[in-house]
Amino acid sequence: MKENGLLLMVNGQSYEFKIGTGPGEVSPSHTLARTLREDLGLTGTKVGCNKGECGACTVLLEGTPVLSCLTLTVECNGKRVTTIEGLEDPETGELDPVQQSFLESGAFQCGFCTPGMIMTVKALLGDMPAPTELEIKEALSGHYCRCISHYHVLDAVGRAIGKRG
Amino acid sequence: MQREYRFIGRETARKDGLGIVRGREKFIDDLKLPGMLQAKILRSPHPHALIKYIDTSRAAKLDGVKAVLTYKDTPPWKGGLPPHLGVLSNVLRYTGDAVALVAAETEEAAEMALDYIDVEYVPLEAVYDAEEAIKPGAPQLYPQFPGNSFPLACPWMGENSLQEVAMGDVERGFAEADIVVEGSCRYDNIPNPLPLEPPGVIAAWEGPRDLTVWSSTQTPYFLKMMLHYTMGRINVRSIAAHCGGSFGTKAVPWQLVFYAAALARVSKRPVKLFYSKAEHFAAYTLRLGSAFSGKIGIKKDGRVMAVAGEWLINSGYCSDAAQGMVAVGCGEVQLLIRCPNWAVKPKLVCTNRNASKMVRGYGGQELEAAFLPVLNLALAKAGVDPFVFFKQNYVKPGDDYFWRDGNRWVCRGIDYSAAMEKGAEVFGWKEKWKGWLKPSSVDGPHRTGVGVGVHGNADVGEDVSEAYVRLDPDATCVIYSCVSEHGTGQRSSLCKMVAEVLNIPLEAVSLAPPDSLVNPYEFGPVGSRGTYAIGSAVIRAAEDAKRKLLSRGAALFQCPAEELETKDGFIFRKDDPENKLPWKATGFDQTYMGYGRFEPDFSVPNFVMIFVEVEVDMETGKIAVKRVVGATDVGQIIDPQSLLHQMHGCLGSAGLDSAIFEESVLDKKLGRILNPNMVDYKWRTFLELPVFEAVILETPINTHLFNSVGFGEIVTSPAPSAVLMAVSNAVGRFFDTYPITPEMILQTPGKGRLKA
Repeated sequence: MKENGLLLMVNGQSYEFKIGTGPGEVSPSHTLARTLREDLGLTGTKVGCNKGECGACTVLLEGTPVLSCLTLTVECNGKRVTTIEGLEDPETGELDPVQQSFLESGAFQCGFCTPGMIMTVKALLGDMPAPTELEIKEALSGHYCRCISHYHVLDAVGRAIGKRG
Repeated sequence: MQREYRFIGRETARKDGLGIVRGREKFIDDLKLPGMLQAKILRSPHPHALIKYIDTSRAAKLDGVKAVLTYKDTPPWKGGLPPHLGVLSNVLRYTGDAVALVAAETEEAAEMALDYIDVEYVPLEAVYDAEEAIKPGAPQLYPQFPGNSFPLACPWMGENSLQEVAMGDVERGFAEADIVVEGSCRYDNIPNPLPLEPPGVIAAWEGPRDLTVWSSTQTPYFLKMMLHYTMGRINVRSIAAHCGGSFGTKAVPWQLVFYAAALARVSKRPVKLFYSKAEHFAAYTLRLGSAFSGKIGIKKDGRVMAVAGEWLINSGYCSDAAQGMVAVGCGEVQLLIRCPNWAVKPKLVCTNRNASKMVRGYGGQELEAAFLPVLNLALAKAGVDPFVFFKQNYVKPGDDYFWRDGNRWVCRGIDYSAAMEKGAEVFGWKEKWKGWLKPSSVDGPHRTGVGVGVHGNADVGEDVSEAYVRLDPDATCVIYSCVSEHGTGQRSSLCKMVAEVLNIPLEAVSLAPPDSLVNPYEFGPVGSRGTYAIGSAVIRAAEDAKRKLLSRGAALFQCPAEELETKDGFIFRKDDPENKLPWKATGFDQTYMGYGRFEPDFSVPNFVMIFVEVEVDMETGKIAVKRVVGATDVGQIIDPQSLLHQMHGCLGSAGLDSAIFEESVLDKKLGRILNPNMVDYKWRTFLELPVFEAVILETPINTHLFNSVGFGEIVTSPAPSAVLMAVSNAVGRFFDTYPITPEMILQTPGKGRLKA
């Protein structure tokens, strides 16, 4: 990587940015949420509070859920980022089992919190073969949903675990 | 007997479900227009002040800044009810009131420019409590509203909009009562409905009098009309993005539009304004502050003889819907209680805090949360079980009430007693109810208590809806109904209704985008009106289109149209289904357009009853909601998942939890909201979910083809007073204010000595 440069691997694709304050450049103060949404057009990552309090902007950084509104883009140099757009199979468009489960359980109302929750559940199920209900709730406890879709979300997580057999 | 349907009542995936789980649905902050500027607002640091001096010249010279506006150079648009707020003013009426507007190439540039606006303020004395605001000598917010009192008329609800509950002779009623209580209760913790997505708009002028607005509204056509009237009769095209939760708050974001449109006019560029969470908390929409103080007389058997009192409503620094909420609240309280003698006088007051505006519960929640705890004092004296009381009192077919239009309406809905009884059975009310101020169980410092609340709304048939349905030659159809998706699944449910009428696959039905340029008039999905009002218009439009199709088919089959039917895009004789012709055979490239309209009907109240069980820890003061049962009867379920979602919603949007921990903490010295963030404003997490059971009956209701009634809006309303009742029973004392805090529990006299 060149000096003053930045390499991001987002959803399996590499993106190079120049660090700076000019148009199209990534400033050291830019958050990952901003870079994803504004520079890469990946608006599936939602920003609810922009202060790390609502969980909406959750993405995976090297497979671990992070709040992209509190993560600086420059911290992600050379790292793998997965967003909601990167979960489905790029060739076939087939949904990830977690997405499929949310769809089947109808685990959303307005849908603004959904991408963040799906990313958290994706990471949880990657780490744990069979999380308990308490572990599921603990993992999701940083996600704010004002419509109250929680019960359907828990159903969806159960369904996703079931899909893995 | 229930009819069997192909789609209605069955689980079907939301039309936008795939878009949501893939992150492809576009919300307002996801939209970008070429050349679009970003807006930021300089906000008042004072709760009440005059702008003595303001100079924007330094800000205007900054790189990237394209427009800076103050009260001196904004257009003469006026909003509020009655109209009392311009775009900007030299009088600032709450901490956070808009002082100046900036549009710039980037958010950062706009934000920075705010620091370069030079302002001198003259601070004025401020007032926060409604009781103080109406006293002689109190600081006055508007010269045209002496005593800080708004007129109660709500012209768009009719010339005689309901402004009080007045009937019979209360003195005679009190004389006839066995028990008369006096009391007061305050529900003025101004919780924030707080959808996850903050509000936002984009405004672009297409011509000097032609404005296009994109927003996160749930009611794009209604917004168009409101802007038309408040912005000098201009032509507005209103387009809704996918709405990230509203609960009423985003229906008519006229102030955001004023700000963005004023900047767009000067800069000649599209302007986007998207609020930060702090603005969403401290400068957007709160619930009304509400306090009831009065006298209630009942017979020993629980019949209510007279209700008299004052309902004091605090709307904050302005009002744009409060009069309507007062009217609806006055109507809703009559649905709860059969009483021949009423004298309840509302008083609507402005104070120097952020505004209360349209919110789910719409007046009824606010009145009932303050009124029912006073009624409970009477029921407790009489030893009447509140569940039995609500069951006896809730409006029945043939009962009458005065609704928001000031007219007397007779209920032609159904008797909800069966749903109440089923709810009580599932909850175990009989076993858990031990009498007033008695816990259901005691285990060391842990005491459980139960409470119940009821609510209903005749607004399910409010206002006008219009729709078109177009049948296409390829055996698909398009619905034109100006409804945006705000989480209730309304758009999908409308598709189900049309698919059912036309008997075509759900995949063959689509809904035009929520754009006022394309669609006919639609008041929008508010007040639980989606199912009955919007549904009726859409069903009629589908039936009309079908009629046109079949009458064309009649010529081909050489039989009366009544003898024909259609399924999956084919027409056939009912007595000979095998001999069929496709829709396209009725004419070369022929489409059919059907039209439907719904007129207001306030005769079918809906209903929900909420039972709650709480556990109170007398040593720590912690209140845990352990179990909730919601009971309703919706006539016919349209979409099971969406309906259940709406029921669960009673835990959200400044509903149930406004009884125990949700509040906007207003510092009455500084005039600031102290908790405008999602850490200090408390919300229920996954870890604190109560057990939730829903009882949903389907007794056909005389509404439309599917005998169904809407439900979503009402579920938060009965919850706060039910929780208050449950906590009272657990700890053995009444409360007269919200939220009940751990501190209040710990101050309960004799808290440690209670015996089971």
